[in-house]
Amino acid sequence: MNSGYQIVVCAGIVPDPLQTLEPVSGPAGPVLKNETMLPAILDPWAAHALYEAAHLAAESPGSKVWLVSLGPKAKLQQVMMTVAQKAAFEFVAVDGAAGGFTEAHDVAAALAEAIRAIAGLDMARLLLFGGWESASRGAGATLQMLGEQLGIVDQFQGVDELRVRPDGALEILERVEGGRHQLSVCVGPPAALGWATGNLPEPRNNPQIGMANLRGVMPALQRAKPFRPAADGARFLRAAAPRQQRETRVVKDLDPAEIAREIAAWISKN
Amino acid sequence: MDVDIVCVGFGPAMGGFLTTLARDADPNLQVICYERADDIGFGVSGAVTRARGIRASFPDLNPAEIPMAAPVRQEKIVYLLDPMGASRRSPSRRSKTLRAADRLLRLLRLPRNQAFELPWTPSFLRKDGGLLLSIGQFMQWTGAQAMSNGTVQIWPGMPVSEALMEGERVVGVRLLDQGTNREGHPDAGYMPGMDMRATLTVVGDGPVGAVGRQLDAQFGLPGGHHQHEWAVGAKMVVDLREGVDLEPGTVFHTFGYPEPEIFGFFYVHPNRVASVGIFVPSWFHNPARTSYRYLQHYMLHPYLWRYLEGGRLRSWGAKSLQEAGKRGEPFLAGDGYARIGECSGSTNVLTGSGVDEAWTTGIQLAEAVKELRSAGKPFTKANLEETYVARRRASWVEREGRVAEKARDGFHHGVVSGLIGMALAGATKGRFSIAGEPQLLPNLEEYYRGKLTPGDIDRVRHQCYGRGIAMHDALMDCCGWPAVPYDGQLLMSQQDAMLVGGKVQAPAGYADHVTFLYPDFCERCATKLCIEMCSGQALTPGPNGVPLFDREKCVFCGACLWNCRQPLDDDPVRTNIAFRAGAGGLHSTEN
Repeated sequence: MNSGYQIVVCAGIVPDPLQTLEPVSGPAGPVLKNETMLPAILDPWAAHALYEAAHLAAESPGSKVWLVSLGPKAKLQQVMMTVAQKAAFEFVAVDGAAGGFTEAHDVAAALAEAIRAIAGLDMARLLLFGGWESASRGAGATLQMLGEQLGIVDQFQGVDELRVRPDGALEILERVEGGRHQLSVCVGPPAALGWATGNLPEPRNNPQIGMANLRGVMPALQRAKPFRPAADGARFLRAAAPRQQRETRVVKDLDPAEIAREIAAWISKN
Repeated sequence: MDVDIVCVGFGPAMGGFLTTLARDADPNLQVICYERADDIGFGVSGAVTRARGIRASFPDLNPAEIPMAAPVRQEKIVYLLDPMGASRRSPSRRSKTLRAADRLLRLLRLPRNQAFELPWTPSFLRKDGGLLLSIGQFMQWTGAQAMSNGTVQIWPGMPVSEALMEGERVVGVRLLDQGTNREGHPDAGYMPGMDMRATLTVVGDGPVGAVGRQLDAQFGLPGGHHQHEWAVGAKMVVDLREGVDLEPGTVFHTFGYPEPEIFGFFYVHPNRVASVGIFVPSWFHNPARTSYRYLQHYMLHPYLWRYLEGGRLRSWGAKSLQEAGKRGEPFLAGDGYARIGECSGSTNVLTGSGVDEAWTTGIQLAEAVKELRSAGKPFTKANLEETYVARRRASWVEREGRVAEKARDGFHHGVVSGLIGMALAGATKGRFSIAGEPQLLPNLEEYYRGKLTPGDIDRVRHQCYGRGIAMHDALMDCCGWPAVPYDGQLLMSQQDAMLVGGKVQAPAGYADHVTFLYPDFCERCATKLCIEMCSGQALTPGPNGVPLFDREKCVFCGACLWNCRQPLDDDPVRTNIAFRAGAGGLHSTEN
């Protein structure tokens, strides 16, 4: 029998992928051009983790969800105005850059410190959720390092589904190579789960949830500790975006055979 | 749910309202603002503004704190000649006059780069001491400040469907249903729109907002007022090439090209970024008018292209402007509600200014709300008129709005009489102007008489509608407009501009917000102006003559609302298009 989970979702913010992102060199290494002007969103993989956490918490009485996020305070506030309508959580903020050019180990250390500081958090009931990937860098390393720093040995990556067995064991469907899934069972928390896409749709915006969440968001932002990466840590020498080859057309209801023919012709041409 | 104050739409007017209200606010006050767009600052436009109201709110404002903001450094009014020989081919008398002006200027060897810079800028147009802003960035900056003390909550991605009425009293708003199919019927994850009851509902949802128009339909407009005059503004934000070192804060206002009726602008932001755009007004009597194609020809004008060549598109957007201004002012307040900003007729059509006025109306309402709350008085029509409306009537917004009220009427006779009328109104503080009334839009055959035969037009119609596209490109080609030399960086197809610069999104689970009330009206309509003027190509020719609507391309410019040639029999002010509350739209904060 479990008396509910304590689910900590680590979710960074990233520039809205719909924007044009261009790495440029700044005084302290690569940055994104016009980063302060770019709208931000919750990292899409981590967002799935949040929706799964909310779903699990709703099904497991006594559970609670925290959302821990590292990003510039002003951007965090803005993103929360959208995210807070989706799922109930208590917010924990860490104030720092979120452009993706930060060493994963340093980020994990800052998140670990913030999580340890959560009052009343019972590590024995902890489920650490996050994204398997990230839209800002996609190294997939931060959550694993964070799990290690928190002493969580049961770690799962590329998770698409989590089910709780009647005996309280966690049945976890992980993506593995070759397009297959691996079913793992662990006895229960603590565990770290890096979510792939999950199976849940994005929740509808719920004004009641939003207003309840917001009561904690502003104080959390005011309490946010600054994040300073280690001075002798990793240095990013160069960053570049993949070459863009845009031959965009918006066509609907095109015959699949015709689409395939066009793609084959394009590949042959290149 | 119950809150103290519920607000509809987060634009400049609401920015002024919430900024003022949040300061020294009663800690028990709860204010909620709902915004349709997916984030605050998505899809609003850039502006050059005198910023009197904004500076009143932020006396120590440092433009460097706001991305893309700059103090206005120099302004020029530029008359653009026709370098293509295409725009002056209309046989209308207004174009003949301007053709003669072109010839005279060329004879005197005055134009440079096919343009003539006016030696001075009339005082009513000058923005001395003003600011050049990306309103998207400015609204993000404003929103963060307004929310900082917790009094105000701004919720994006949450459209308001309608005002809740109890008799003549507004008692809150109903949010839009989620989890519906295109027709609005419940579907997977259905969540009916929640009712938010409030003692005061503040309506600032812009010129085509669903709640503002609902109130207009409910209460009508004051005697003598109308909202017949519109424009669609289309713009691009451009990274200028290296070596183009225009001073940030440089502003060009242009007229004369790509068509005499189309005004344009070119603003220089910091870091070699420019905003360039045009306004296509409702009195441009081309029944195949379009903003996107004209914007490209505008950018290619030699006066501007010398700066824009080699540039790269960052952002693109379009919006409707309510150009009736003071003449379109609705009832500003009623029991339980007040209206601010563009939907309240605050735009000044003489000075070409709307942001400053809108912001100031927001301040005025916030001050009135504070006064009423501290006096313990309810938000009745009488109390709001004594406080908010009285402040507005005593302010420069009203004074300058009256000067502008009839300034543009002359455009209904032609461009030259319109320009003279504006100058007259500006010079005489509104005492004199040239009168005029909106005229019926001609059909395609009438407009193109002398250039294209009805047979030509039929052929174009058949070809375009067969391909499911609008006619304007083909018609402009037939009239001598050259092809736009796409470079994939700045000059590109409309769909590419939407992807590169607009990033339009349409979240699933919402009903179509553009519908056609009486399909048989569309079947009879031979001039489907709604399709031609659609800024996102969201409306396309459909079977049986009823246009198809693709929500995934709609930028919420609202142009279809006033570009329908099928007024309803029982209400000629309304057209056959219902533009309801909807979700999604542009995903750019740089406009």
